[in-house]
Order: sequence, then C-alpha cells, then structure tokens
Amino acid sequence: MNDINPSAKPVSFKLVLLGESAVGKSSLVLRFVRGQFFEYQESTIGAAFLTQTVPLGDAVIKFEIWDTAGQERYKSLAPMYYRGAAAAIVVYDITNYDSFLRAKQWVKELQRQGNTNIVIALAGNKSDLSDKRKVDFSEASAYAEDNGILFLETSAKTAQNVNEIFVAIARKLPKDRPITDKNEIDNIIIPKVGDTRAEKPGKGCC
Amino acid sequence: MDGEYDVVVLGTGLTECIISGLMSVNQKKVLHLDRNQYYGGESASLPLDQLYEKFRTGIKPPESFGRSRDYNIDLIPKFLMATGKLVKILRLTGVTRYNMKFLLIDGSYVYRKGKVYKVPATAMEVATTSLLGMFEKRYVKNLLTYVHNYDVNDPKTHENMDLTKVTMGEVYKKYGVSGDSIDFLGHSVALHPTDDYLNKPALDTVNRLKLYADSLAQYGKSPYVYPEYGLGELPQVFARLCAVYGGTYMLEKPVARIVYDDEGKVCGVESQGEVAKCKAVVGDPSYFTEKVRKVGQTIRVICILNHPVASCDNNKSFQLIIPQNQVGRKHDIYVCGTSFVHKSAPEGKYIAIVSTTVETNNPEAEVKVGLDLLNPILDRFVYVLDNYEPIEDGSKDNVFISKSYDASTHFESCADDVVSIYERLTGEKFDWSRAPPEQAEE
Ligand SMILES: Nc1nc2c(ncn2[C@@H]2O[C@H](COP(=O)(O)OP(=O)(O)O)[C@@H](O)[C@H]2O)c(=O)[nH]1
Ligand SMILES: [Mg+2]
Repeated sequence: MNDINPSAKPVSFKLVLLGESAVGKSSLVLRFVRGQFFEYQESTIGAAFLTQTVPLGDAVIKFEIWDTAGQERYKSLAPMYYRGAAAAIVVYDITNYDSFLRAKQWVKELQRQGNTNIVIALAGNKSDLSDKRKVDFSEASAYAEDNGILFLETSAKTAQNVNEIFVAIARKLPKDRPITDKNEIDNIIIPKVGDTRAEKPGKGCC
Repeated sequence: MDGEYDVVVLGTGLTECIISGLMSVNQKKVLHLDRNQYYGGESASLPLDQLYEKFRTGIKPPESFGRSRDYNIDLIPKFLMATGKLVKILRLTGVTRYNMKFLLIDGSYVYRKGKVYKVPATAMEVATTSLLGMFEKRYVKNLLTYVHNYDVNDPKTHENMDLTKVTMGEVYKKYGVSGDSIDFLGHSVALHPTDDYLNKPALDTVNRLKLYADSLAQYGKSPYVYPEYGLGELPQVFARLCAVYGGTYMLEKPVARIVYDDEGKVCGVESQGEVAKCKAVVGDPSYFTEKVRKVGQTIRVICILNHPVASCDNNKSFQLIIPQNQVGRKHDIYVCGTSFVHKSAPEGKYIAIVSTTVETNNPEAEVKVGLDLLNPILDRFVYVLDNYEPIEDGSKDNVFISKSYDASTHFESCADDVVSIYERLTGEKFDWSRAPPEQAEE
C-alpha cells in the first residue's frame, strides 16, 4: 500500500452486518472501531451506527457501519436496513452449524434484494473456539468461492482477521465514487433544521 | 415474547411505528408485532410480485414489466407537506439520520372544466395563470395577502374578524372570492376534501393556506416531498429507531387474543401460546374488529404506466386534484404520480394512484375522470378499503386504536392521530420542541 495522502477526502460507504443473533456481529464492529471486546456483550442501547476510516493507497475509505439493533431476531430486519449498502459482512459462528445455514440465506437475500454491485464478505467468527468447531473451513471457503464473495475466519475476541476483513472489503469497493447513485442531485432534499447527520462524525466522546 | 412490557404495539403501519419509536426513546419497554411478514401494514410499499400476490394471488407479473424488486408501490398514496407535521416528527425523532432521501414532487395540478392547470405557485405564476380571470386574480391575491399577514397573536392583522367565529364562507365573501376561485383555493391549496369547511370557523382554513404557502416557499416548485423507495420506508425508519432504543420487533406474528384483567383493563397480548404482559396496547383497527366502527370507504386505483402524464406537463411526479364541484361530487378525486426517479418503478415506468372517498355502489366509475387522464394504462389494481375509527378513546381499557388512513393526499391527519394517541397513552402533551434523542452512536 502507498502512503496515505493527507489531503484525500474520505469516501463514505454504507456497510451492514447480517447474520443470526449472537454470532458476534456487534462484537466485530466494536473490535474494529474501538478495539474493544466484551465477554458478555450486552446490546448497547442507542449504539447501532458507528464509523471508521480505512486508509487505502491514495484514498481514504470511510465505513458507515450499521448494526442490526437486534432486528435480526424474529424475522424483523427491515429492507431499509440494507438499502443502499455498498458492502455487507455476513457473519456466522464457527461453533454453530445452523448459523452458517442462516448466513447462506442472507447471502442469497442480498444477491436478490441488495445493491447490484454490493461487496459481500462472509465472516466465520469465533475462530478462537476452534476446539468446538462445527463448520469446516473448507466447506465455507468453497461456498464463498462458488458465490464470488470474500471469506475469512475472524475472532472479535483475539482480533484475528478483523481489520483484514474490512480492508479486503475496502479494496473491492469502487474507488472513484460511492455505489449509492445520486440520481437527480438537484431534486434531493437535505433536511435542514435539526438534521443530525451533520453532527454525526464522531469526536469519540465515549 | 413472554415477558413484561410497558406497551405492546400491533401492526407496523406508520402511525404505530411512530408511536413505538417515541415510546422507546422515552425509555418505555416496547414489543411490536405484525401478522404480515413485511413492515407497513396498510401503509406499506410493495414490490411488484407482492402486489400481484396481494391482488391476484397465484398470478405472476409479466416479464415486460421489469424486475419486481425495482417496484416500490404505495398501497396508500400520500405526499409529505414540506413544512408539515410529519416532517417535524421526522426531525424531532432524529430518524433523518437513517439516510432517508426525500425528493421534491415536481408539480401540483388542479382540474377545472375538463382541463388541467398547474396550481400557481409563485406571485409570477398567479399573475400569468389562465386558471383565474383578471378580477379573480386580484381578489384571490388580496385574500392570500391577508392570510400571509395573519398572525393569531397580533390583532392588528385580523382586520376585525375573529376567525374562530367567522366562517370561511364569510371570509371568501368579504374578499369577493367566488365560484371556481373558491374551488381552487379550498381544494387545491387548503386541501379540503369536501366543502364542509365553508360553514366552519375560518381559522383552520387560514392555517391550511399558510401551511401550503410555507411548504411551497421551502423548496419551490411544489409543497410536497416524497421519500425515495416509497412511503413504506417511513414506518421502517421509526421501527429502527424503536429497536435502537431497545424495542423488540416480531413479524409474521399472528395475534390470538388481547387479555384483560377483572376491571376490564388490558394486561396482555397472546400469540402462539405465549402471553406478553403489558400496561397498554396500541394498534391499527384490523387488530380490534369489535372496538372500531366503519366510517366510510376509500377507493384507490394503482396504475402502472410506461409514459409520463401529458396533462401534468409530462412531469415525473405530480399531484392532481379534481375538486368535487367540478365533477358533481361531494369528495375530491386525487391523483398522485411518482416514477423511477423515486424508485417507485424501474427505469421508464411510472406509477399513478387515483383515489377518492366512495359515494356510490360503483366506485370504479367514480374515479373514471381521473383514470381517463392517464391513458394508456399498462395495468391497474382497483381496491376499496373500509375506513375505521375507534369507538372509545382508550381511557377505560388502555387500548389505543389508530384511525384508518383517509383519502387525503398528505400526512397531516395521520400526524394528528399520532399526537392524539401519544397524548392519551402517556397523559402528557406532545412536545413539538423536543430535541432529537442523544446519539449514543458515534
Ligand atoms: N469466544 C468468542 N466469543 C465471541 C466472539 N465474538 C463475539 N463473542 C461473544 O458472543 C456473544 C454474542 O456476541 P454479539 O456481538 O452480541 O453477537 P450479535 O448478536 O451477533 O451482535 C457475546 O457474549 C460475545 O462476547 C469471538 O470472536 N470469540
Ligand atoms: Mg448485536
């Protein structure tokens, strides 16, 4: 990789996490954004949106990371959640075979409903628990290859491959412009008063 | 789902989702259920195959229509007034941060004596429109100047009229506004669906005229905005807000029974053999058939077109109002047009929805005048819905039921219902100045 160009303006991409409950989606985000891990990760009220930048050659990629806010339980994840997503990490737990089957369903759903050029990465999480492994590396890897998606085994606990999976995604994103096409720009209304989007970029208060 | 909640909400229509979002932000424990496998209930936007499934079960849409997922067709056509109450609620709840994009509707039109006119939007357009005659223009302009200057708190602007007593009919008379000008102002600017307002205090109409003018001034062109991907996005963003603040969502969850205690107060909701205990229940009329009454019917005809509508300047989006008097009816007919620009349809396709309050036994014939303006129509889906409202206000049993979405073309009455339910449910006044919730998100 080249040196970071300090004048590069970050290009924002929406990235969503998908996968069964308790596979470690929120943990992966917290590890990537804040370098933290909690053995008993409680869903943090109000924390379902984080940002993190990844330097990549001349460009700076800014991920706007959406977490499910628990809506993956009970079949209640809304389509607006993955609307306009440039990338998705579909997570399963290597110690839980059902979570792998569910991950495959999510990949299918994204290929059907998602953005046409969405970058999908499959994450076999909890790789630190390999003694309890139920999903073979080779099976998941073959599946990913067949479907043309990225694949890594990760551990939010040990940080193994966490940065790597985000960087791998960043490399596959189109460099020149975000995928979310800005159709008819002059027609788009940016909410004026009280638009919290303007306040979002984090100073990292917490 | 068995557990204890402050409130269980039934149906994920817009009204219900706003309430659950507000309650969740207020740190109440919310459980939100829907019998359907999608969000939005009657206010959903559906992809084409789901639309076919709903109206023509078993039949698949023709391939020439393009990909099903590129359609997001509203079941209830409405637009948002740019400075209306729903936009205020979007801001004060902070859901604007969920990347929603709003697009301006290109133009607003009105039908008069068999022809379609652009509703004059600026002083310039008022001066040049062929909709009004020369004298009419002056009278209308004088009245609009009065409305513009009118300030409830400043008697000097009232010109000796107490608008809480004087009727709108009398105000028109004072300004010499008559006939077609009244139709134009009352229906395509004040957006009254009938002429009942003429005999009511003028204040409401004056406020409606102000809302239109303010909304128009916000972005120009038209007073209406509309979310990309359709109205079905609205309930979903409020559902996300609720979930982010700890609310639980369950779709495809049939409701078996509402459980009451000895005093007749609600204490739980039963579904699939489990009971969620709760202090209050909120829901749409379809979950409470014995607690609502029918208050009329609305017909809506969803039309898929492969061309823009010529009489509305070939715009890619528009609203057209056919005032009741112009076609010998009691209720206005509305046509809402959107297109691929709004992601309602794939490239090159347009969606127009014609609607009105049903007055006869042949509702489809009632909207013919609207449909005729859209020809040729590729495909159409006609449906008539009963409108319901709750019989009681919820004070006895803590069950708070929303009203069906009416035929009006904007969300003002829906927002009024939200505020009313919120106030009855919490016992507090709705705070229009509340700040968006803290963003624990970084
Ligand atoms: N051993 C191990 N535990 C993990 C890992 N990632 C997450 N967990 C644990 O798995 C549980 C569920 O994680 P969470 O991030 O809440 O899952 P989510 O429901 O998919 O968001 C928590 O107890 C985490 O501590 C991991 O890589 N290794
Ligand atoms: Mg989580």
